[in-house]
This record gives sequence, C-alpha cells and structure tokens, in this order.
Amino acid sequence: MRLARSLLLHGALVAAATLTLLPLAWMVAASLVPAGGSSDLLANLRSGSLTLAHYDALFTRLDLARTLANSAGLAATVTAISVFVNALAGYAFAKLRFAGRDRLFRGLVATLVIPGQLGMLPLFLLLKQLGLVNTYAGVVIPGVASVFGIFLVRQYALSIPQSLLDAARIDGAGELRIFTSIVLPLLRPILVTLAIFTFLGTWNDFLWPLVVLTDDRLYTLPVALANLLGEHVQDVELMMAGAVLTVAPVVVLFAALQRYYMQGIVTSGLRE
Amino acid sequence: MRRRANPAWLFVAPALAAIALFLFVPVFASLLLSFTDFDIYAVAALRNLRFVGFANYQTLLAEPLFWQALRNTLYFVAVGGPLSVAASLAAALLVNARLARCRPLFRTAFFLPVVTTLVAIAVVWRYLYHPRIGLINQLLAGFGVAPIDWLGDPHWAMPAILLMSIWKNFGFNMIIFVAGLQAIPERLYEAASLDGAGPWRQFRYVTLPMLAPTALFVAVMTMIGGFQLFAEPYVMTQGGPSNHTLSVVLLMFQEGFRYWNMGYAAAIAFVLFAILLAGTALQLKLRPLGGGPT
Repeated sequence: MRLARSLLLHGALVAAATLTLLPLAWMVAASLVPAGGSSDLLANLRSGSLTLAHYDALFTRLDLARTLANSAGLAATVTAISVFVNALAGYAFAKLRFAGRDRLFRGLVATLVIPGQLGMLPLFLLLKQLGLVNTYAGVVIPGVASVFGIFLVRQYALSIPQSLLDAARIDGAGELRIFTSIVLPLLRPILVTLAIFTFLGTWNDFLWPLVVLTDDRLYTLPVALANLLGEHVQDVELMMAGAVLTVAPVVVLFAALQRYYMQGIVTSGLRE
Repeated sequence: MRRRANPAWLFVAPALAAIALFLFVPVFASLLLSFTDFDIYAVAALRNLRFVGFANYQTLLAEPLFWQALRNTLYFVAVGGPLSVAASLAAALLVNARLARCRPLFRTAFFLPVVTTLVAIAVVWRYLYHPRIGLINQLLAGFGVAPIDWLGDPHWAMPAILLMSIWKNFGFNMIIFVAGLQAIPERLYEAASLDGAGPWRQFRYVTLPMLAPTALFVAVMTMIGGFQLFAEPYVMTQGGPSNHTLSVVLLMFQEGFRYWNMGYAAAIAFVLFAILLAGTALQLKLRPLGGGPT
C-alpha cells in the first residue's frame, strides 16, 4: 500500500517535472542542430550532427554581444541603485522615528495595487521633455526605488535589536555610520534576495525598454529578440539560440542563489 | 534631535522622491491626460492639446475593439487564474508530500520557468505551437490527433497563450503554497486521523481551510498579474487572429505608443485600473470565513 502510493506519487512528480522541463530542453536542443533540423529534432540529435553555428551567427552577424552587455549593464545598474535606496528607506521605516512614519508606510503599501502601466504614458512624455528617451537613464529611472523593495527590507529590518542601535548611538556613532557598519551587514540576506529579484526583474522586463529604446544598438535582449523574430521567424534554430542566450544568464544566477530567492517569495507572501 | 533636522528623513528622501516623481506624478498626470485629446499633434506642440472631458471614455465604451480586448483579458483572468492556482496547489501538494524524495530537485524543476525571460519563452512556445513542425502537434499526432493551428485558429489562440502562461507561472505560487502547507500544525492532522478521517477528508477539512488565507493572497496576486497580460500576445500573435488575443494592455500600448493617441490610451489604462480595483475588492469580500493563522 505504502509502496504503491510512493510509486504513484513519484510517477506523478517525474511526469510533471518532465512536462515542465520539456519546453526548455527543446529550446536548448533546437539551438544546437543545423538549420532546419528542429522539425525532426530526435533524428538530428541521434545522428549527432550538433553545431554552435547559430550562436556564432548571433555574435558575429547579429552583434548580440553588445545587446548582452546592455542587458547585463542595465540590470546591474538598476540593482545597485535600487538596493541601496530601498535599504535606506526600508531600514528607516522599521527602526528610525519620524513624524507620520507608519501612516506614510501604509500609504506606500497601498500603492502596490497600482499597475506599472498606469503612469507609463506621462512618464514617457516626462522623459521626452528631459531628453532621456532612447537612453539608458530612461530605462533605469522607474527602477530607482520600489515600494516592494522597501517593504521587503522593512519586514526584515524589524528584527534588528533596538539595543544594538542604541548602544552605537551612546558610543557616539552617527546615523549614517550606524547604517553602513551595523545595519547593512545585518540586512545582508534580505539585500541579496532583493538584488536577485531586481536583477531578474530588470533583465526580463520587456514593455518599458520596448517603449523607451528606439535605437537597436541600445536594445536589451528581450527587445532585441522580439525584434529579431520579425526578420528571422523562419530561422527556428537561430531564434532558439537567441532564446538560450537570453534565458541562460538568469537561470544560472537563480541556480546559484536559489535559497535567497525562494526565501524572498515566502517573506513577501506570508508576512502581513 | 530638536536642533537639527531628523536624519531619518535623509534615509527615506531618495526613495520617496523617486517614487513621487516616477510613480505618483505620472499616475496623476495620466488621469489628467485621459481627459485630453493628447495625440501626435500634441506630441509635436503642446498648444494643440485640448481638454475634452469624458470624451475618451465615451469613445472607448462605444468601441467594439475595446470590448473585445476586455473580453479576452477577462477570459484570461477568469479561466487562467483558477487553473493556474489549481496547478500551483497540485504541484505544492506533490512536492510537499511526506513520501516524496528529492524534494528540492522537483521544486527547482517546477520553479525554473518562473525565472526565465517571458519574451524568450514566448518565442520558444510560438515554435512549439507551430502547426507543422511544432513539438506539441508532433506529440499529439502520436495519439492520432489531427494538426491544430494553435495560434492561427481563433478558438485555440487564447487557450494556447493561457496554457503557456500557466506553465510559466505556476511555480511561483507553488512556493507560497508550500510555505503555507508547512505552517499547518502537524497536530491537526493527528487529531483528524484519530477521529478516523482519511487522506481526502484530512485534505478537505484541515488542509483547505488552513490554506485559505494563502489561497486568497495567491488568487489576488494572480488576478492582478493576469490583467497585465502583454508580452505573450505581443510576441506570439500580435493580438491576432482577428484580435482574439488582443489584451487591454496591448491595446493601450498600440494606441499610446504606436498611434500616439495618448489621451485615449490613458483612458484605457484607467478603465483597466478601475476593473482591477473592483476585482481585488470583490475577492477580498468573498474571502472564505474562518481563515487560519495570520
């Protein structure tokens, strides 16, 4: 009875995992077979005629190395800025006293229901006035601070012992000094979590870079890939190589820092 | 403290300034924009701008294309949402089962689609759905199913996008459900077991009620995400065939950034926001009574 249930359970687990991974496996396999080979993928894989030609084409003919660098640079920039800005604010909302603090925080949290698209049109016009359309700064700007990030840091910072901060104050440490030498190290786990969220979010973002960037030399990978589809829709294998190039960095990053990522979802989802 | 400005303000100032400038001001401006006829001429010179009252909203509500986009989006939310939550719950129950081995491995496998780039994945699925060379039709052919033009057939295009979206997202809610399952005290199951409840009744009378708060959170977040459907139809169908996958956000994008009818597009955004708020309020109101721990 127990064995039968175990078999059934593991059968279901393996079947579900296979179905889940199949599209990703197909993407990788199709990117490695010669042009036109994806329609009979198994035969091509069996005959062992694998090639890196499509990746070669991406980097030589299509200049995707630049796009890859754009994506990495933008995601890193947004992550660095927003983690710092959100850490400052999140800590202050948790541990520093100022007039109207809790009311302000509740107000911020209420804005989480506002979808990002709502302010997108005026924001674009604002950036246009500032001459920031079609620049990296225009892509970075909406990501400088996020209510979600402040929320995440605050929830974590609440657990910092007040006595620790008071002791430092008695020793004459300034607030900024306390933040950099005591608070930041204590916040490290949640900042790593926030950094992964932000990096992945920026890397994967599509609508905003699509709106702001018009020059294909500035494109990020998702925008470039969607654009590439227009000209190369018949080149299945080439497109799959592009998809692998776009997906692989974030999958590797996630695999390396998985623990922090999962914890972050639970923190944001369950604490009120 | 009294003599100098409170240093706490220096900590929150950068974040508040950024949020005010890049979120609050644009959202408020968007509301104003929706009462103007801001179009390509106003983009060129602002003096071409006129205040038109509710005209954009009136046009919108009389426009069949908007209703079609709204119907498509509601279908995506109302059919896809529950299916997605159910898939997440099923996956959570599987990986959290007491007998399950290699839990972290399966959990990671189920979660992997979540971190992938939506645009790249939409490109991949576009080919998986290809009527002739696509993997899905090839697999179905093994069961004797005639080829289906998934993304070209008005009846199948939206369900196809929906299936992909569930595959992409179910791992996220699964993690939240697993945390919710692990928070249920073991003694409740022991008590139920002593009372003679089998696995199904334990699930029905212990697991489900205890998971209700988690499920509510998941349902609301999934709904909010669903209303923002954009990249999937943009990449896979461009809203076609004959607008059967046109979503509200895609319509807003096309009106605003392709035809520069920004006043009209802002009105679309606000109607979407109003529906989203109403949907959230409705779900909170329908909250099942007797929730578990907070």
